[in-house]
This record gives sequence, structure tokens and C-alpha cells, in this order.
Amino acid sequence: MFKLERRPTPSKAMVVLTPVLAVVLTMIAGGILFAILGKNPFEAIRIIFWDPLFNETVASYTRPQLLIKAAPLITIALGLSFGYRANIWNIGAEGQFIMGAVTGGAVGLAFYPTESVMIFPLMVLAGAMGGFFWAMIPAFLKIKFNANEILVSLMLVYVAINFLSAMVTGPLRSPVGMNFPVSRNFNEYPSAYNGELIANTGLHMGVLVTLAAIIVAYILLKHHIFGFQVRAAGQSPRAAKFSGVNPNITVAICLGISGGLAGMAGLFEVTGPAGKLSTNFPLGYGFTAIIVAFLGRLNPIGIMLAGLLMALTYIGGELAQFQLSVPAASVQVFQGMLLFFMLAVDILVNFRVRIAKKEVA
Amino acid sequence: MTALLSLSGLTKAYPGVIANDNVSFDIGPGEIHALLGENGAGKSTLVKMIYGLVRPDSGTMMLHGEPYAPPEPRAARASGVAMVFQHFSLFDALTVAENIALGMENAPDTVDLTQRIIEVSGKYGLTIDPFRMVGDLSAGERQRVEIVRCLLQNPKLLIMDEPTSVLTPQEVEVLFHTLRQLSSEGTSILYISHKLDEIKALCEHATILRHGKVVGTCVPKNETAKSMAEMMVGETLRTPKKHYTRHGAALLELHNLWLQSKDPFGTNLKEITFNLHEGEVMGVGGVAGNGQDELMLALSGEELTPAHAIQFKGEDIGNLGPNARRLRGLLTAPEERLGHAAAPDMTLSENAFLTGAMRQGLTRNGIIKAAATRNFARAIIEQFDVRTPGTENVAGSLSGGNLQKFVIGREILQRPEVFVVNQPTWGVDAAAAADIRSAILDLATNGAAVLVISQDLDELMEISDNIAILSEGTLSVPRPAQGITIEQIGLMMGGTEVENV
Repeated sequence: MFKLERRPTPSKAMVVLTPVLAVVLTMIAGGILFAILGKNPFEAIRIIFWDPLFNETVASYTRPQLLIKAAPLITIALGLSFGYRANIWNIGAEGQFIMGAVTGGAVGLAFYPTESVMIFPLMVLAGAMGGFFWAMIPAFLKIKFNANEILVSLMLVYVAINFLSAMVTGPLRSPVGMNFPVSRNFNEYPSAYNGELIANTGLHMGVLVTLAAIIVAYILLKHHIFGFQVRAAGQSPRAAKFSGVNPNITVAICLGISGGLAGMAGLFEVTGPAGKLSTNFPLGYGFTAIIVAFLGRLNPIGIMLAGLLMALTYIGGELAQFQLSVPAASVQVFQGMLLFFMLAVDILVNFRVRIAKKEVA
Repeated sequence: MTALLSLSGLTKAYPGVIANDNVSFDIGPGEIHALLGENGAGKSTLVKMIYGLVRPDSGTMMLHGEPYAPPEPRAARASGVAMVFQHFSLFDALTVAENIALGMENAPDTVDLTQRIIEVSGKYGLTIDPFRMVGDLSAGERQRVEIVRCLLQNPKLLIMDEPTSVLTPQEVEVLFHTLRQLSSEGTSILYISHKLDEIKALCEHATILRHGKVVGTCVPKNETAKSMAEMMVGETLRTPKKHYTRHGAALLELHNLWLQSKDPFGTNLKEITFNLHEGEVMGVGGVAGNGQDELMLALSGEELTPAHAIQFKGEDIGNLGPNARRLRGLLTAPEERLGHAAAPDMTLSENAFLTGAMRQGLTRNGIIKAAATRNFARAIIEQFDVRTPGTENVAGSLSGGNLQKFVIGREILQRPEVFVVNQPTWGVDAAAAADIRSAILDLATNGAAVLVISQDLDELMEISDNIAILSEGTLSVPRPAQGITIEQIGLMMGGTEVENV
């Protein structure tokens, strides 16, 4: 019989090893899944994890996609990680992502066709504000009425999706879009376009912002009193309050940071990779980022690696879709398994497995 | 006469430490047996083995002459072994009656159970309302729930880990009466306490543990508290000396402080008024749940009051938060070590930073000075004899007494001008308690004003210049400690409850 025994102190090695273990377990379970679907599991795993990076016939398309997909995931997950450390559960980053794209995009389109270097920064700011204020709704309700931020932020995702539909079928509908529910295309408006900075790398402005966010988040969490207060508030709310941390301000700041970053990520996405606002714009990055945050152990460096890995499963999943004709849902199953295994093996940080001897009474 | 419970050669090792090393002793039927030892001596591990929470690595136990090896507490309870824990195992979100039902085999229905709780609690003077939420109870009231829960099971062996720490002297008397009555009815009691006078008054035999080994046995009646303490710590006990009482200017003034408790079952503070002077130690006595927590929160700045209600050196500070007060020199140490005074999952360095950040200047432009923080933590550990491998161990891994020394040391090293401390020595062994008390007295000798909130009247008598009693949110007029008898105070604070028994 296996027996779990509490470790005297949490294992530092397991903090690093459990995400790796979760990935390995996901590969094994995924392989079994593909085998049941009648596909060669080794080929499927290779297509998902290896080909996007190293198979030269597809890599010219897939490699740039890595940064394009990873940047929004990492940016959103970094924001979420502050709240999650403080036990503030923003589940609605998807909504904040959409609102950032809509408000930032709307500000840009309002200036069309004026060209100015000021327009794009203004859009980024507006995008961040859109996400920020969308996140302030659950923050306000939590502080004022102790409303559960998980439910409020999640429900606001659906409000945001409908708001986006209303905008692209109404005020923001493209005058040249033949009545399709889409906005004007940003790549036809140079001042508002978030193009590749270096061709065929996937590197756009949003990626640079992501890099900056990783560094700032790392410093805040590891070396700044704010990161300390966030951790204290999450681990021991009363001790944090005793030390002078105002819990209401912590709620507002944590939701504000995650909303602002998600909004900014939405703006970079809509003005670059997505190209336009449309009802197809939401891709679920805001939800996938929750997995990225946990897989990265709420640690900025971990989140960066987890974001890249998760981007790989998106790209590899697409490859597997048309090369092996597996269902599109298999990518989501894959990502879901990652979070599932991550949460399952997490217990090894605080416990170790012992093979219990039969004791004679 | 055969022993009720006989332990022989019990050994239990944890990674890095042998908690119990070849422990053997017997408890006779109806015997009240004391288990004595410093924090970390292995008392908790030993009773956990008896209660089926921990399995011994080797050694055997015999109950009623039969081999006894409970695989889990349920089996121990089925064999008639019950335990009152020092740290409460209660669910905050459930009522008293629900908590008690959870700990019982075949719990009766709610109406019967409620009736029995009221009977038992009345019989033993442990007043509790079965319908209250445990989350709203004070530490003292929670302990009553634990005691009543055990008494409802009619145990053959009752293990009590520090049961009296939050009771008034009269309540202790009543409890002792109860325990003696249980003992005369044939129930054995294994009694763990740091209060040596209690052991002397109550227990027939004592087994003394040090570093996991039995280092002696004695008949407490034939010993003095001092001689037992010396056996326990293996060193001569330091008796804190009463400091010279010359009081200077008023440092902390409370003017007609009213505070509505945030807790619906808490106690509102009413018209609290007192002055605390340079060099003064004022003791605030009273039974837990009479406004101690609220007074602490109001003084620490966790709850804000009208600015004028609290004055520090003439400045209105009632509306200032904890850090603004720390910067001025008003430092506090709350009762609950884990989760309030310290964050259990954070390292000692981080816990040093928790309250030291501002006054010790441990940040520069918001960046934490790692080396300075570690040095501060190390200074606390060294000067207050905190036994721990180092500054990077988490606070939760320390024993209660060591963590308390850390928490008190953390504030004292920041040189407070006014220091407010709640239950400074609760659950702390005699040697550590003596250290903490003398540190508090040194602080006052050097000119600081100290407010000690405690349920331990011996402690208040020993260190206070003035004593006031907090009762139902109202503070009595402070009186000089000299000339007050412990009986007088006890009657003032809890008299009515006890008189009903």
C-alpha cells in the first residue's frame, strides 16, 4: 500500500520537478488517448512537441507562432499570479482580454485614418484601462459587498463577449467589411498596426512588453515589499493585516494588475495576430492562462516556460489536427490534462510517498 | 493493582530528531498522572501515540492488561481514551453542538446532544452555548468545547494537554474538582501542564521528559514547583525580579474608547480609559472573550477608532494603521502566534520582516534588504535563545515556546516605547516563560511602557505594577498590584459564572 507522509518542510526540488512530472504524465496519458483513437501515439507526441520547433518543413510557419501564442498567455498569467498568491481568484481574464481589445481597438479606429506615432501608445494605454476597469467591477463588489470574485469575474466574461458582438455588429463594424460582423482591419491602418518587428520571428510589440512584464514581476515578487505583502496576504491574511497590509487595497491592486495586463494583451492580439475585432476574436487565452499560471507555479520564470510550453501544445495540436486528423478538442483535452496532472502531483511538494509495511498489531 | 495503561520502551523517531526514546511508565486506575517537560521534550508525540495519531517505531502499550495499539483516534476513543488538545481541532464554520457531534461515535440527535452539552457544561462550570459558531468563539471558549466533547464520552483515560491556560482561578478550581471526581470514579487522567503549582495541587505522580527520554519521576506533593522545574529543564530556573517602579510621563492614553466588534459574537469595548506611563507594566486580566482581542486590535491599529480615543505621547493616533504606529514606537504582539503574530509558511526572516520592515528600515525604495532582514532575524534568534536550525526555516516548524520567544523578541529588539502583548507565555514552558517575563521587565526598566493582557494571574501578579480587569468590554480602574489577592481578582473577573455552579 502507498502511504502519504507529510514532509517536515516543503520540498524545494519538488517545486521544480512537479511541473516536469505533470508534462510527462500528460504525454503518457495523451499517448494512450491517441492510441485509443487509432493513431500512433509516438508520432502524435512527436508532432505536438517536436515538429513545431524542429521539423523544417513546417517550422518556418510554426516557430514564429510560438512567440505569438506564448506572449499573451504569459502576460495574462503573470497578472493572474499576483492575485492567486494573495488568494484573489480572477477567473475572468478572458473578459478583461476582450475588453482591452475592444476599448484599445476602438480608440485606434476613432482616429482612422489619421497617422501619428502617438496613436499606438494611446491604444495600448486604452487597452490596459479597458481590462483594468473591467477587473475593477469584481474588485469593487468584493470590497463593498464581499461578493465572490470568482463568480463575478467569470460572469463578466460572457458580458464582455456579448459587448464585443454588439460593438462589431454596431459602432465598430467595418464600413468596407460587406456587413460582416468585423471591425476595420488594423493591418490597413499603419499607425494602429502591431506588426512583426523582425520578419518571420513572431516578435511584435506585445512580446517586448511580455519580456518587460516578466522582469518587473520577478523583481516585485522576489525583492519588493509589494510581492511580500501579496504572499503574506495569501498565506496568512490576519498576519498580513497585523503587519499593516490593507486587504481591500490588496484586492484592488491584484485585480487591477491582472485586468490591466490582460487588457494590454488583448490590444496587442487584436492589432497584430488577430488583425481585427470580430466575434471569432476570443480564443480562450484568458482561460488557458490560468493553467499557465499554475503550471509555472505562480513564479515569473516558471510562467514564461509554461507559457511557451502551452503555446507549443496549441501549435502542435493544430499540426496534429491536419496531419493525423485528430479532433480539435484533443488540444483542449491535452491542456486540461496538464492542469489536472499539475494539481494532482502538487501534493508531492508537501508529502512524500511511502510504501507502507504491514504492521503487526 | 494492575496499571490501567502501561507503556514500555516506546520509541518514535522523526527525520532528524528522536521524539521519544525508550519511554516507559504506568498509569494506575483513577490516577492523575502528570507529564512534565519543556517544549520539544516529546510530550506531544507521546500522547499522540497513546491517542492513536502516531504509531510508535518500537515499544508496546498495554491497556487493562491487554495489548493496545490504536491505529487511529477512533480506536483509541472506542477503548475509552479521550484527549483534550492544546491546539484546538474544531471547525470554525460549524456550531459548538455540530463540532461535538463530529468527535463522537454514535452521536445522539441534535436535541438530545444539546441537552447533554448543557448538562455537562453546567455541571463542570464550562459555560458554552451549543448553537454558537465555533469561529466566533475566543480561545478560552474553544477550549471549553474541547473539554466538554471529551467529558461526553465517559472516558476511562482522559488526556489533557494544557487544559487550564485560559481559565480563571475559580474555573481551574472547578475543573480540578471535576478531575478529582472523575479520578475517584476510576477515570485515569494524564495531565500535561507547564503550571507546576497546578501539578503539585492536582497530580499524584509525575513523569518528567527531557529530549524525548524519561529523566525522572516524582510525587509532586513532595516537591516544590522550583525543584520540578529544575528537573524538567535540567538547569537552574531564573526568577524574574520585580523592577524598580518609578513612573514617568504618560506615553499611551486611551480616552473613552468605544469599539464595535466586527465579530457578531465578539465583545464591544465600552468607555476604555487609562494612561500608561514610562517604566510602567500594566496587567490586564480577565477571562478570554471579554474584549481582549478587540482591545488588542484597537491598539495594534488593525481596527481603527476615532483619532482622539488613542493618544501616543500626546498625538492622536486612533485613526492610524499598524505601520504608522510602529514608526512612532507603539509595538504589539498578539495572542495567536501562528496565523496572526507570525505567518506559519513564511521563513523566520520573512516573519522578522513582517513587523520589522518599517521601524528597522529593511527596505530601500520598496526593495527588501535581504541581508539586513536576515541579520535582524538572526539577532532575534540569538538574543532570545530561539531554538531553530536557522533563519530560513518556516515559522510553523518551531515549537510554540520557541515561536513565542521569536515573536516577542522581534518586537522588543525594535525598542518599543510602548509595548502591548497579549498572552505572552501561553503554552510556553517554564524556562521560556521566565525569559519572556524578564525581557518584558527589562523593557520597562529601560523606560518603555508595557501593557500585558493575560489570563495567567500569577504572571500578572509577578510582573505588573498595576492591574486592571477587562470584563464584558469594560476595563476596571487600574489598581496597584501590591495588596491585591488572586482570589479578589478572580472573583471580579469571573465570579458570576462560577457562582452559578
